[in-house]
Amino acid sequence: MSDGVDDLLAIGDRIAGWARDGEEIEAVVVRSRDTEIRAYEGEVEQLSSAQTQGVGIRVVRDQKVGFAYAGSLDDDVLGETLADARDNAGFGTADEFVGLAVPDGVAVADLDLFRASLADFPTDSKVDMAIALERAAKAADARISGVESADYVDTIAEGAVVTSTGIRTAARETAAYIMASVLAADGDETQTGFGFSVGRDPSDLDIDKAAADAADRATRMLGATKPPSERVTVVLDPWVSAQLLGIIGSTLSGEAVLKGRSPFADRMGEQIASALLTLVDDPTNPEAFTATQTDGEGLATRRNSLIEDGVLKAFLHNSYTARRMATVSTGSAVRGFKSTPSAGTRAVSLIPGTKSQAELLAEVGDGILIQAVTGLHSGVNPVSGDFSTGAQGLRIKGGAAGEPLREFTIASTLQRILHDVLAVGGDIEWLPMAAAGVSLVVGDVTVSGS
Amino acid sequence: MIQRVLGTALRTGGDFAEIFVEDKRSSSARLDDGKIEELSSGRDRGAGIRVVVGETTGFAHTADLTETGLRAAAEAAAAAARGNPGGERVVNLTRTTAPRPNEITIQPDSIEKAAKVALLNRADAAARGEGGAIKQVTARLADSRRHILVANSDGLLVDDDQVKTLFAVQCVALGDTGMQTGYESIGHTIGWELFDRVDVEAHARKVAQQALTKLNARPAPSGTMPVVIGQGGGGVLFHEACGHGLEADLVGKGASVFRGRKGELVASPLVTLVDDGTMGEEWGCFAIDDEGTPAQRNVLIEDGVLTDYMYDFLRSRKEGRARSGNGRRQSYQHLPMVRMTNTFLMAGDDDPAAIIAGTDNGVFVKALGGGQVNTATGDFVFGMTEAYLIENGEITDPLREGNLIGNGPEVLTMIEAIGNDFAMGPPGTCGKDGQGVPVGDGVPTLRVQALTIGGTAA
Repeated sequence: MSDGVDDLLAIGDRIAGWARDGEEIEAVVVRSRDTEIRAYEGEVEQLSSAQTQGVGIRVVRDQKVGFAYAGSLDDDVLGETLADARDNAGFGTADEFVGLAVPDGVAVADLDLFRASLADFPTDSKVDMAIALERAAKAADARISGVESADYVDTIAEGAVVTSTGIRTAARETAAYIMASVLAADGDETQTGFGFSVGRDPSDLDIDKAAADAADRATRMLGATKPPSERVTVVLDPWVSAQLLGIIGSTLSGEAVLKGRSPFADRMGEQIASALLTLVDDPTNPEAFTATQTDGEGLATRRNSLIEDGVLKAFLHNSYTARRMATVSTGSAVRGFKSTPSAGTRAVSLIPGTKSQAELLAEVGDGILIQAVTGLHSGVNPVSGDFSTGAQGLRIKGGAAGEPLREFTIASTLQRILHDVLAVGGDIEWLPMAAAGVSLVVGDVTVSGS
Repeated sequence: MIQRVLGTALRTGGDFAEIFVEDKRSSSARLDDGKIEELSSGRDRGAGIRVVVGETTGFAHTADLTETGLRAAAEAAAAAARGNPGGERVVNLTRTTAPRPNEITIQPDSIEKAAKVALLNRADAAARGEGGAIKQVTARLADSRRHILVANSDGLLVDDDQVKTLFAVQCVALGDTGMQTGYESIGHTIGWELFDRVDVEAHARKVAQQALTKLNARPAPSGTMPVVIGQGGGGVLFHEACGHGLEADLVGKGASVFRGRKGELVASPLVTLVDDGTMGEEWGCFAIDDEGTPAQRNVLIEDGVLTDYMYDFLRSRKEGRARSGNGRRQSYQHLPMVRMTNTFLMAGDDDPAAIIAGTDNGVFVKALGGGQVNTATGDFVFGMTEAYLIENGEITDPLREGNLIGNGPEVLTMIEAIGNDFAMGPPGTCGKDGQGVPVGDGVPTLRVQALTIGGTAA
């Protein structure tokens, strides 16, 4: 791989330089080098290593947009892709707010997201980590009956955004993670669990923690029963609350608001949540695994406070949604090179409280600790706010976590959940998704079971 | 050139080498918020090379299709597999052909972009024509042409040309109780002739009505009760409840509740479940899978008895049996694994109206959304996007959205009635281990004795 991102910027410069009079061009140029290793029964089951690259080109002319992408940076491909984007631009509906980002003077945060050491880390050592992870997962508990997968994955990602309107930014970052999925058995019963460790290079990774978490998640569900249907107070584990916050964040996208698909579209300045909640999207927080210096249109990312003490304060914008709502971009354009940018969260979190999960359970007394949810994509409608997911967790009895429960659902609406928050824990944890989790106590949730 | 690349791939002593070449062109057009927002074109072209040594697979991919680029990828894959150097092996390729499940009459790339725009505008107008409560309409057209070629060290050389066309509409309706959505897509493995049989306006009106109906919806019940799944709307139930658990890779690792149960009665005797990649025009069909195996029709459960699992190359090799045509991958950048194609429940003898009339109180699910399953425990979940209450044998009020949950092996034994009105459902994308592939599913009307409804009402 070439050193740095200069060659990607150079490709971007060339494409943006092809802009004709009355035409704006944006080029997103990306390259990544990925290694994926899966261990099974002490051997490498799969080892894959590859470089991927691509370009996405947006053309704006006469207030219309056209887009095209290609998974190659070859010269002839660049020209062909631009021609496709240009042709596509002829068929959009004219919209006075359409246009590319322009420099806004916001300084790019200086984040330490790239470790040059990753490129030199020997493949054999990565293989050893995957095999060690499998061994550790198997040994973590006598009830572990199998390891479905033990993976080591890393990526070196580089990208540049160049436009004919003056944007010219580039960024690069590295990431490495390990993840184990295990099976725990007791008699005829089998349960599953996963554990992971995430970092910028292999030296950040904790094999024993990933193995222990996987074993714990699987074994704690052994003997789980289905609870009766009831209305209860639940405590959402950080793993679950992070997923919920991701969905809440999506309803605060300027795009959803503009197009009438956000239940909070007309609620700016109103109390939409418990006063305990302050929700922030901050991609410049280096603790977030999804931290990034520039957004999908090449503007600096920044800290955006969305809900303060329960009051709706801001929506997230890209250049288009900002222009249409007569405001400025919040640096929230999200995209891959195969699509045009939407507006959304990258690193959303609640301002944490002070109490530990154990203290919250003691306060709740009776209820359910929700440790995992399934079917968020099918059971939550971010337009209507209807919320229903499969769940598993532990019964809270006498202020402490007790027996395991599974095969039930929890249901409410996003609007109600926000108001029904009774406490926010202090145990904030950044997770490998665009959100951090925290133990969250929510009252009056419908549990559907036997 | 392919023979030389395979020779390079085998240089470190691999038992098996394969090259998968893909050239895919995609195009889409989207209307949203009353405007044609954008047309998009995409090109993905490259090759994935894998080398198998014993139980180890090495894999590399490249977008560089010159001999130099392919040889470099072959060397990377061979190094990853790390066998014992075995010297150059000569591979003799024999070109074969597999029957195409369908004919493509009109290549979508031959259609004027203006015609696509006009079609989307017609959908928008039709949906908004259903009333002022329809506040937003999104309509999307997407088509793709995927040419793949597979060659391997067993001498196989075969290709396929897969054309797909999809049309989807989403509507948002606003009423006193807030917003509700309607969504439905239509997709087939055919070209633009899709629109010879699809009435664009009627489809848009149907989606608008779905959203409008839900404005009057009451909260779904909570608890366990009988559920009637509507014709064509609920194939995802079987995809999740047992389809994934019949994938030989998961079975082989002990991660399936159906492991070791071949030949056993695992479902109600009414149940015959088939996975069929040859099913012409359906979303999950093809001439060859992504390992070059011709598509097959595989009976998975017959009269309630588990007859077979689904296989890819690696899993069939391990068990010394034939492949079943289920080795699929998202793109040349991915390794193949066992995947479903078109999975469906065969029709039964019951009158659909009688199935509903015979249900005292329960829920009628006309359309299911996505789902998810834990194959090791069998616990699954899926969303109901259009559902109604059944009271005293009659369909009554519409219900708000929610999830349904159940346990696969338990639910299979609780299928009480199967209608004679089989239909395939809308196109789906099945996700597994980070890869998405197009799949189809279908069911006749059927009743499950008990599922847990994840609503908020008592």
